[in-house]
Amino acid sequence: MRHILRRILFYLVALWASVTLNFLIPHLAPGNPAQALVGKMHGRVAPQALHALEISLGVSHDPLYIQYFQYILNLIHGNLGISVTYMPTPVTDVLAQELPWTIVLVGVSLVISFVIGTILGIVVVWWRGALMDTILSPFFTFLSAIPYFWLALILLYYFGAQLGWFPLHGGYDADNIDQGWTIDFILSAAQYAFLPALTIVIGSISGWMLGMRNAMITTLSEDYVLMAEAKGLTTWRVMTSYAARNAILPNVTQFALSIGFVVSGSILTEVVFSYPGIGYATLQAVQSLDYSLLQGIFLVISIAVLVANLMADVLYVILDPRVRTGKG
Amino acid sequence: MSIPSVTATKPSRMLRLRDLWQMLTQNRKVLVGVIIVGFFALVGLFGPFFVTIDPGEPSKDLLQAPSAAHWLGTTQQGQDILAQMIIGTRLSMVMGIGIGIVTMIISVIVGLVSGYYGGWIDEVLSLITNVFLVLPTLPLAILLAAFVAYKGPLTIAVVLIVTGWSWGARVMRAQTLSMRNRDSVEAARASGESSLRIIFFEIFPNEIAIVAAQLLGTVIYAILAETGLEFLGLSNGNSISWGIILYWAGNNDALTLGAWWWFLSPGLCIALLGAGLALINFGIDEIANPRLRMERKNLKNERKALKKQVQAVQKGTL
Repeated sequence: MRHILRRILFYLVALWASVTLNFLIPHLAPGNPAQALVGKMHGRVAPQALHALEISLGVSHDPLYIQYFQYILNLIHGNLGISVTYMPTPVTDVLAQELPWTIVLVGVSLVISFVIGTILGIVVVWWRGALMDTILSPFFTFLSAIPYFWLALILLYYFGAQLGWFPLHGGYDADNIDQGWTIDFILSAAQYAFLPALTIVIGSISGWMLGMRNAMITTLSEDYVLMAEAKGLTTWRVMTSYAARNAILPNVTQFALSIGFVVSGSILTEVVFSYPGIGYATLQAVQSLDYSLLQGIFLVISIAVLVANLMADVLYVILDPRVRTGKG
Repeated sequence: MSIPSVTATKPSRMLRLRDLWQMLTQNRKVLVGVIIVGFFALVGLFGPFFVTIDPGEPSKDLLQAPSAAHWLGTTQQGQDILAQMIIGTRLSMVMGIGIGIVTMIISVIVGLVSGYYGGWIDEVLSLITNVFLVLPTLPLAILLAAFVAYKGPLTIAVVLIVTGWSWGARVMRAQTLSMRNRDSVEAARASGESSLRIIFFEIFPNEIAIVAAQLLGTVIYAILAETGLEFLGLSNGNSISWGIILYWAGNNDALTLGAWWWFLSPGLCIALLGAGLALINFGIDEIANPRLRMERKNLKNERKALKKQVQAVQKGTL
């Protein structure tokens, strides 16, 4: 229990650090959002208008520490400022609109990729040294080095632009279908999500597979596995109940960690597919110098990652008795 | 039991420089990886001297598919993609390796100091390391890169170094902790050597191979992240690197225009280089952890023999 409490304390410190970074980075950079916006309009703005803009964007000229406390106070009240991209929508509304898309897309891909990758890892060890392993392992090495977004470009080019099987951008057929829980909408969304999901699965599957493979090989050389074999148990039982059961531990922890990255998703993949999620919003925020939206996105991602890390820690204590007894 | 003879049988993955040469010559993965990385290094070093055309120069051959005149095709402005690729290799390689090395230096210093001194120094450094470890890297890099007024390779490099050093530092700290109480280190301490000398001349040389493996991983990360940031348009679009070629391809709708050649080569080169580096890394892993490369045949025979022994014992005693 003390172990968990210490971890929670640590994550609180990390949360504070990320909030502070989030505050400091824009303030240490030259200029402010209002000036940046004016710069985009080539400076043709009257001083009064600039002042009005500064007020609406929450730019203040108070000393830094006062602004810092105001920022924290705003955060506690759930006020993340106003998005320039979607003027005058509050950042929280933008986030609430974009988040579900990313969570569903990346969440589903994550589960698929985890299951297939882990099973592949077991299978490859089963036939170690056979053709399967000698071909699959280098192939997956190559796969893991491919930049996600490039894979997305290739898939989009071939299946989208050339064959025309899948749409080129968007999250659903916005011209003909209304957003809502109808069968038409879900089918349309699934069709639009297929290629992005495929990209994420292909891009991340090798990590699960190679991780499981290495863990399996290490576990298989343990004495208790040898003992199980010597007792005359079937290979199936040795592989599943003895080896895989223990070898899967690092992968499960990794899975818990990955849940945190579901929110940050695959920023670049979403950008390529113009998929209406957090990643695409990030790009738009970068392009339109939407500082509050960028800060909001980073904050949400940080919180998700920290919570997932805490979950992974707790899960580890539950799954691995050695951690429990070791730390008391 | 025929366990292949290796110099590094200690589970602590302790390796020395001399083993690095052995890896090169004995492990096939390492060899293939070195050839790939070597190829790109040569192209980056000497390639630009052979490029006679200006890669930024527009020509009349707009958006042409690969042909004898333009081996990798042309862009929408008629720029030769092969020329861009060769010139771009230099910037991409320099950035990947440069970012990797600087990141690694920070990791090594933080890890060594933190692991060796212990106490409050370790507490503080570990806390900072762990905080950076849990902060989401790419979003933080985007946030930083977006706010820096000067856009260009240098910004990208600094941003990636700031966000990327924590993992290596953690590994180095763990390694240093296990090294701190070795006899040789104790002896050096007893003979009155200064702490700095002990850290850099007694402990560090023993960690060179791990540093090398970490460095490879960091370079892969740097190349992928750098390309990603460039693709998002966070670098200077006038310089030429693989990521920036991809950025222009994306910006000019190469996809809908059917210009597959525009984005095929940069991505393929990144993937190849990354795979080459990863192969070297896996090779080092296999050498450090002999279990990973034990042949199935060996394992099977060994198991059969043991099984027979156990069964014989069971029959004999029962």
